[in-house]
Amino acid sequence: MNPKEYKYTKEHEWVRPESGNRCKVGITSYAQHQLGDIVFLELPAPETQVKQFEKMGEIESVKAVSDLFSPVTGKVLETNGAAIDKPELVNEDPYGKGWLARIELGRISEVDSLMNSDEYDRLVAGLGEQPSE
Amino acid sequence: MPSPYLPNTDADRAAMLRDIGVSDVEELFQDIPREFRSASFDLPRPSSEPELKAEMRALSGLNANLDDYACFLGAGFYRHFIPSVVGHMIGRSEFYTAYTPYQAEVSQGTLQTTYEYQSLVCQLTGMEVSNAGMYDGSTAAAEAALMANRLTERDRISVLSTVNPRYREVIETYARGHDLVLEDVPPGLEHLSPDSACLIVQQPSFLGCLEDLGECARKSHGLGALLIVITYPVSLGMLRPPSDYGADIVVGEGQSLGSPISFGGPVLGLFACRREYLRQIPGRIVGKTTDVEGSPGYVLTLATREQHIRRERATSNICTNEALIALAAAVYLAALGKAGLRRVAELCYHKAHYAASKISGLKGYSLVYQQPFFNEFAVRCPAPPARINRALFENGVIGGLDLSGTVENGMLLCVTELNTRQQIDRLIEVLARFQMESENEPSL
Amino acid sequence: MSRRYELPDISQPGKVGYSLPTLDMPAAELPPAEMLRSDLALPEVSEAELVRYFTHLSKLNYGIDTGFYPLGSCTMKYNPKWHEDVARLPGFASIHPFQPAGSVQGALRLMFELQAYLAEITGMDGVSLAPLAGAQGELASILMVKAYHRKDSARSKILVPDSAHGTNPATGTMGGFEVVSVPSDDKGDVDLGKLESIMDENVAALTLTLPNTLGLFDTRIGKISQLVHDKGALLCGDGANLNSLVGKARFGDMGFDCVQLNLHKTFSTPHGGGGPGSGPVCARAVLTEFLPSPVVAKDGEEYRLASPASSIGILGAAYGNFGVMVRAYAYIRTLGAAGLREVSENAVINANYLKEKLKPYYHLPYDRPCMHEIVFSGKRQKTQGVRALDIAKRLLDFGFHPPTVYFPIIVDEAIMVEPTESESKATLDSFIDAMKQIAREAEENPEMLHSAPHHTPVRRLDEAKAARQPDLRWRMGNDKERAGTA
Repeated sequence: MNPKEYKYTKEHEWVRPESGNRCKVGITSYAQHQLGDIVFLELPAPETQVKQFEKMGEIESVKAVSDLFSPVTGKVLETNGAAIDKPELVNEDPYGKGWLARIELGRISEVDSLMNSDEYDRLVAGLGEQPSE
Repeated sequence: MPSPYLPNTDADRAAMLRDIGVSDVEELFQDIPREFRSASFDLPRPSSEPELKAEMRALSGLNANLDDYACFLGAGFYRHFIPSVVGHMIGRSEFYTAYTPYQAEVSQGTLQTTYEYQSLVCQLTGMEVSNAGMYDGSTAAAEAALMANRLTERDRISVLSTVNPRYREVIETYARGHDLVLEDVPPGLEHLSPDSACLIVQQPSFLGCLEDLGECARKSHGLGALLIVITYPVSLGMLRPPSDYGADIVVGEGQSLGSPISFGGPVLGLFACRREYLRQIPGRIVGKTTDVEGSPGYVLTLATREQHIRRERATSNICTNEALIALAAAVYLAALGKAGLRRVAELCYHKAHYAASKISGLKGYSLVYQQPFFNEFAVRCPAPPARINRALFENGVIGGLDLSGTVENGMLLCVTELNTRQQIDRLIEVLARFQMESENEPSL
Repeated sequence: MSRRYELPDISQPGKVGYSLPTLDMPAAELPPAEMLRSDLALPEVSEAELVRYFTHLSKLNYGIDTGFYPLGSCTMKYNPKWHEDVARLPGFASIHPFQPAGSVQGALRLMFELQAYLAEITGMDGVSLAPLAGAQGELASILMVKAYHRKDSARSKILVPDSAHGTNPATGTMGGFEVVSVPSDDKGDVDLGKLESIMDENVAALTLTLPNTLGLFDTRIGKISQLVHDKGALLCGDGANLNSLVGKARFGDMGFDCVQLNLHKTFSTPHGGGGPGSGPVCARAVLTEFLPSPVVAKDGEEYRLASPASSIGILGAAYGNFGVMVRAYAYIRTLGAAGLREVSENAVINANYLKEKLKPYYHLPYDRPCMHEIVFSGKRQKTQGVRALDIAKRLLDFGFHPPTVYFPIIVDEAIMVEPTESESKATLDSFIDAMKQIAREAEENPEMLHSAPHHTPVRRLDEAKAARQPDLRWRMGNDKERAGTA
């Protein structure tokens, strides 16, 4: 199930608040399952300013390219080099080793307005197809 | 009359229409509005195989073919020896009646031979990765320019003035879409703009000369531009590969690797580059992997670059390429191999130099350039090349490309391993007549 | 064969697969040493071993000559054998594009006549055979549109239906246009209301495949043409699906300003494992001055290459894929007008037959007469845990090449079947039997489908691995020592 302490977007990204005004972002288990085998990540370079719900990168599976939207506004501090080298980490551990970027929040209030895990669970349940894993 | 290409009989068709639930085939076309149904359309009456074969043979006979003539015409398309194995292998209908290998399990033949092709192109050019081929050398050059534009985000495409003018025109056609600016750079490279995406150089140049690729690399890289080299693959049998000079993208016409000239098509665009540009490459790429049982196999890969997936954001719109010609190139390179290709290149080189030295010894003829050349060279003639070519043609020789637009009485001659000593001597003999003519008629 | 060999595995120093003449004239001095390569690491293979290697590989392939190849949207019809012989005649295969026009009158005449046939078939005023494949023909069309609107820079958009081939939007971008997708309605046609709301003075052209990729003829083509032209835009056709229309309807009559054809589809030239193709572009009078160069003209009895007045330029170093033109010419001349019309009729009968026979077993998203191809959806099987891909892979076990799957993208689990006229009722019936059995297996034994194919030279391949760790070539010689796998 989707971790309780994370926040979620309708586009299936998650935000995990960290100390200070920083957070980690990634894509949900539902999203990785829909994408299938992820083979390539194009993530923003550190220092890039990203805006909430705007495109910040791309995720490629074998036969699809999907835009990656930033769940928050802020500055990219770092991206997950391990996942860039081994994109399968996003499939295998989307909430852990498969995180995508660490962002310094521009507007902390944005995080509060995102879905909590219960709301996101309901959203996914409403979409029908459940991840088989 | 029944058609050999329609296996269904009238009875079959009647049964099928019954099963479909219509009484007449026209009902199946009911969605086409009446006003657009073709009333008439007019084509020549049908012909049988023997009749049409005879007619087409006669039509082909109206063309002077390079098997019957001695050919000294190159300029981007070259008549080289094609071992018979090439035709026999690409003539296997499992190869030539297949299409793009989307279903890998039943397309391992096409996929593995494409992997071989990519490998051989890399070995030949010295580059790290190759795609499965483009339409021809000129469109490969144009696509390379577009790729350089994407990689550098610069809009100026610099083309050395010694590049094949037809290639330059094709680059211009492709550049039109994105409003890219084409810049012609004279030799010496002093006028290369600092905001160029790339410098496009041809080696050997259109006029046959061997360019200073090292200098091209230093100048272009110094300005942050990519170096795109248009290569002549047969010359790489002996010449240092473009990679050694720091080329970023290598393109070229692959026809000389095992395919007939065929009036200029179908031919093959070679496209190879540095590995770091992998995701910006246009066209198909084959990769090696394993199946569920761990056996090796090949698949189309990195397809997310391509139009069928990325649509309006694809690296190119190319779909159908020149797969069969790429297969011919793979068979050719495998047949000629390490020693054979070198041998072909050296035969071209020595024969061309023999011809050049004989021609420049004729009165009134001289080589336009003193630079080293491979198998093609520009000659200044004592008479208009069109006239000389007419005389050559009457003597069973197809002469060189008329350069008189750019070089006064200039002619671009090409010699390959297929030109015999007798042919070269015949060429010299006819050229010599114009030498006599110019002596007798000094007004010329 | 469990182990797969590649050329380096059968290469041994000293072997040769060629025979070349010796130099019978004085050798010249070589260029400076720094211009020469020290190492040319290519394989060394004897001729017989080479032939066995490539013959073996050919047997791992599936072509039209192998069996039924209903790959939707690709028109995999039979390629007459004698066309291969004719195309290889030295008078066609061994001629140089820069020979004097007087020495290639036969080639030019063939091109001139082919231009005329294609103009007649499409109802257009001018034709250029220069485009080297369908996608390049599309590019020619889009650049012609751009040239036509050259004084109206506001026209920055190309409209493309959401059912279109990927080449259409990709081409729009190559032409420097913004690509706007037009939705389809519930009948599979262009959503006219939406089109009307998108159409404005910023639209340069609408690119329309007709019949569309769902295999359906848009009944309101007249209205679409009117909507587009009323706003001063152009209507570009994608003739990829011409195989259903020859002798039945013409693009020019329907209001198209240009259309690109695929000689390798409709006119039966071999697909070559992915090419060569040929993509002539045909234009109505408003656009003929922009056609790509060259076109073949005739002055008296002489044929010559010509460049249209405001041509978009040349598209290749020569004049198009001549070898493909020779075969298409032979095909048109063999069949004539009535024969070509029969081809289209038989292609349409075959597709509708499959549609009727298979619709009890597979969901049919648009149940109306189809043209040359029919698109099913595997969504019924999806609820049983079986995907369109599984169905495709299982068909391989029955000895059939699968249909196109997952395209068009607007149909969930699309299965796109294009039988072509080349297939007999008997072949179609055995395909229908296989599809029925697969539908049954999806219910009773889905594992059989998940693990398919079972009888092919390789089983399902790991495409994720191929993309994650690209292995795109082998290495030999010094190059091998210098670096690992690319």
